[in-house]
Amino acid sequence: MSRQTEQSAGQEPFDVDDPRLTRFDVVREGARRDDIEIVHYEPQVVAGSKAERRLVRTVAGFFLLTGLAATAFLVIYIWWPWEYQPGRGGDKLYTPLLGLTLGVALLAVGFGILTWGKKLLPKEVSIQDRHGGVSTEDQKITGQTMAYMVDELGVKRRPLLGVSLLAGLAPVGAVVAAPLVGGLISDPHKDDQMMTTGFAPRDGQKIRLVREDGRPIRPADISAGGQITVFPGVEHGVSNRYADSPALLIHLRDADAEESRRNNERAGHGDYMWGNYAAYSKICTHAGCPASLYEQQTNRLLCPCHQSQFLITDNAKPIFGPASRRLPQLPIEVDAEGYFVARSDYTETVGPDFWERP
Amino acid sequence: MKRRKFDIAAAPANTGRAVDERFQVATPLRRLLNKVFPDHWSFLLGEIALFSFIVLLLTGVFLTFFYEPALTEVIYNGSYAPLRGTPMSVAYASTLDISFDVRGGLIMRQMHHWAALLFMAAIVVHMLRVFFTGAFRKPRETNWIIGSLLFWVGFLAGFTGYSLPDDGLSGTGLRIASAIMLSIPVIGSWVTAAVFNGEFPGTIIISRFFIAHVLLIPGLLIALISVHLGLVFKQKHTQWPGPGRTNANVVGERMFPRYAIKQGGFFMVVFGVIALLGGLFQINPIWLFGPYEAWVVSAASQPDWYVMFLDGSTRLMPDWQIDIPIGDGYVIPPLFWPTVVLPGILVGLSTLYPFLEARYLKDYRSHNLLQRPRDVPFRTGLGAMAVTFYVVLTLSGANDVIADKFQISLNAMTWAGRIGLLILPPLAYYVTYRICLGLQQHDREVLAHGVETGIIRRLPDGRFVEVHQPLSAADGNGHGELDYAGWVVPKKMNRLGALGPAIRGFFYPIEKPVEAPVSPGHPPVEPRAEREEIGSGETRS
Repeated sequence: MSRQTEQSAGQEPFDVDDPRLTRFDVVREGARRDDIEIVHYEPQVVAGSKAERRLVRTVAGFFLLTGLAATAFLVIYIWWPWEYQPGRGGDKLYTPLLGLTLGVALLAVGFGILTWGKKLLPKEVSIQDRHGGVSTEDQKITGQTMAYMVDELGVKRRPLLGVSLLAGLAPVGAVVAAPLVGGLISDPHKDDQMMTTGFAPRDGQKIRLVREDGRPIRPADISAGGQITVFPGVEHGVSNRYADSPALLIHLRDADAEESRRNNERAGHGDYMWGNYAAYSKICTHAGCPASLYEQQTNRLLCPCHQSQFLITDNAKPIFGPASRRLPQLPIEVDAEGYFVARSDYTETVGPDFWERP
Repeated sequence: MKRRKFDIAAAPANTGRAVDERFQVATPLRRLLNKVFPDHWSFLLGEIALFSFIVLLLTGVFLTFFYEPALTEVIYNGSYAPLRGTPMSVAYASTLDISFDVRGGLIMRQMHHWAALLFMAAIVVHMLRVFFTGAFRKPRETNWIIGSLLFWVGFLAGFTGYSLPDDGLSGTGLRIASAIMLSIPVIGSWVTAAVFNGEFPGTIIISRFFIAHVLLIPGLLIALISVHLGLVFKQKHTQWPGPGRTNANVVGERMFPRYAIKQGGFFMVVFGVIALLGGLFQINPIWLFGPYEAWVVSAASQPDWYVMFLDGSTRLMPDWQIDIPIGDGYVIPPLFWPTVVLPGILVGLSTLYPFLEARYLKDYRSHNLLQRPRDVPFRTGLGAMAVTFYVVLTLSGANDVIADKFQISLNAMTWAGRIGLLILPPLAYYVTYRICLGLQQHDREVLAHGVETGIIRRLPDGRFVEVHQPLSAADGNGHGELDYAGWVVPKKMNRLGALGPAIRGFFYPIEKPVEAPVSPGHPPVEPRAEREEIGSGETRS
């Protein structure tokens, strides 16, 4: 069965037009010229055998399945109801059916090709030389050639050329970089933007705390133990333009509020609360996610991104996790109309830490 | 004159001759057709990455036809009823349109995402293969470096793509990325302002990420992949040791037709699997997350799997803030270490590893034969250490979900991660090292004593012994003289041809089964002459 190639010494010279040569002989000679020796070559199935017919049927079956699945894909793509309808409906099956038919079509053609290649084609073992060796002579010749190029240029004898070329090209390099760098540079401290939020008073007017729908908040709107996310009551205050501004307004229970006031006093935030109400920045001082999971029983505020925990009754001090800085407190009071306002902006920098943070 | 008839049979030969006379391609073409590739399943892992990348390009081009990279605010009025009337960015609205109002758009989006996950997974598994088998050694250090760069560039591609829909999850990811950039000492705020053109989020970041995601990064990936493949082609593939295989040859099959056909079929299979995933398994259902709003986040917001190790490292980092009391005082936030320094170290270590190992072993020769992981216990141990480190970080990236599902304290999970990160990797090194030594010892034992036959014999004095089938002509003590050849040692009688080949056919045999050469339970046979030279389980019938 297997056709082992044997290299007999003293072979007659190869003539490609020799009619006695089979095509395989020519192929083998070609391989030899590429330093490849086909040492083992063996058909996997006997021509005309039952096994061969069976494999051919399998491969053909795969290919026909591809055609079938691909046609099904087209039919579904064109005629299946695909537009989104609320509730359960046929449209929910549109994408799964497309995936199923496309997947089956591609898998079948893949398996067909693989079976053809793996089972029907002859098995072979060929050995090719790697030619990993390096010629030190060639290395030297190339090296000398390059060195000679330097000689031809004569930079060694005429150093002014080299120096002036460098002096000329260096600014050109900078010219390439300048527009990109220059265009991208933007002063991070322009208008003190890293230190101010939407709660900074405008024209001496204190900014109201508003809900997500823009309505201002009265103290009676939050029950004891409750909390609400508040935004600066300015134009676009409830949007990503004021991404640093949102705060959590918490109505503490009496005992917690007492403790909180004591701790605020120590931190120099004695008058930041209003009654039992305190407001803290919602933007985590660690990575800037909204620290939004408030645990009523323990008065802890948890950031769901990296699990930093802040103790609200201790001036939002970080007590667990990677955060290293308190959540800034927003000083609040109630204006003449009975709505919450910010007495001033946050007195500490809001959001993630950075090098020059005061 | 008789008009010459056009001979269709001679047309290919004539065309070929005409082409060769002009371009002289016959010899190089034959070389290409004849190129020999070694075959082993583990050499196909990198192909999965390559094929996923092709699917990424195809589906990605489709998506660009419908996606609009802009943060301009619009009121959504598309098909998806629950979000109608919601203000959102054009980017998010157009992604919703791709999912609901473009025919077949959702499957393209999901296939794109699945292909990206598969791309990164295949890169990682391929790198593990290359690492554990020592395929990165000289002369292939360059390709190892390009490969590790491909991981990080792919990481960037994934992150920029993840950010484009501007949904609740991706906005949060972007927020964290801005915080990471901010944390860089001295230049942090300037870098962030340069990227976002001012304060987070600004209005331009999505269009910048878009051009990075569809032009700059894919361009870089294509360039790196081309060089990667070019080098594999030029340096020729590594091969496992085995009969006839040396450092100076390649044993395998010629590239055409069989090898190429198998590659083509494999591409179709990978493509098909991605199509099935994209159609049947929902991924990143952005319509459930809502548009990004800086004040909204939910628990269990995990990034894609290849980012989770960074998320984990960030969670495990203690709150060590460094204050520098110069002038007004400066800060290095704790976020800097796990998200900037750690990836930096990882890039450096992985890039330098081939050189560090060569230096440590004082081995500066070229290697084209692979090593079995068990034969280089220290490297396998180091690899196990790295994998453990990575797994602890990745699990910690989901520690809130684990805590929730298994009713464990969240803080306990964090502490378990912190302690595990320090203790488990050295432990993994030790255990792996011992396992490698054990496997080595067992190989030597089988080479010396033979294969366990499962036949128990009772000796005249009443002892029971198991009969071993020696692999070579045994000396007086039943010991052979086979050297370990760096390749699989047969350990079952089946591998020695003690059983006949499997009978083919599903319900009934399609051919008359071959007679089994040795019936089970037969006493040990004298080794056949041809077996003497081999240390391999390959059957060569």
